[in-house]
Amino acid sequence: MAETSDLSLLLRTFLKTYRWRRIEPVPMTALVKPLARCRVALVSSAGFVVPGDPPFDPRVRGGDYSYRIIAATADVERLEEHHRSDSFDHGGVEADRNLGLPLDRLHELEAAGAIGEVAPRHVSLMGSITAPGRLAAHTAPEVARLLAADEVDIALLVPV
Amino acid sequence: MVTASITMLPAITHKIRPPRALSVPFPLGFPLGEPNNPALQRRVLRALLQRTQRTDVPLLSEFGP
Repeated sequence: MAETSDLSLLLRTFLKTYRWRRIEPVPMTALVKPLARCRVALVSSAGFVVPGDPPFDPRVRGGDYSYRIIAATADVERLEEHHRSDSFDHGGVEADRNLGLPLDRLHELEAAGAIGEVAPRHVSLMGSITAPGRLAAHTAPEVARLLAADEVDIALLVPV
Repeated sequence: MVTASITMLPAITHKIRPPRALSVPFPLGFPLGEPNNPALQRRVLRALLQRTQRTDVPLLSEFGP
């Protein structure tokens, strides 16, 4: 696992006084069907964009809180990475986009019967959002509505 | 809708308390373990899916060997 000591001194100093947000009580929905009948979606913060879609904007103060839709039929390895952080080695996701958005792996789990089906739409976000207010107030509810409209049973969140 | 997340920084996840988090022993940038290692990536996803069946939240558990 990573440790905060892996991060730059600047980032560690920033994190020391950062006001982490939490939701109380902890929101929880119980699974009511077996995994093998569940529709599963991915929500990734690897900053991936379908070629031709507008890139995430690294100039947005506090972080670009927009999202992109990645169709279940997307060619994962052709997704473009627009993550602004220098806190991690991008070599992994550059070599294999599934590391940040494991859509091909999800298809394989569907084929193996481990899940019911891959959701039609998946969500790509930017990470390193230091001012998450707009993400929480606007983006997250919109993404949740989108996934609910697709009758998604399970959303798996993948950071990078 | 049920959610579960991967974390590579469990010390921070512990402060945020999402409902279900899977702590993985991989460095930042490698949430599913290794590039071009589909077997490992599927194992991580299976472990994450397994956590969605838990209701004892907030749950922060480790991905095993």
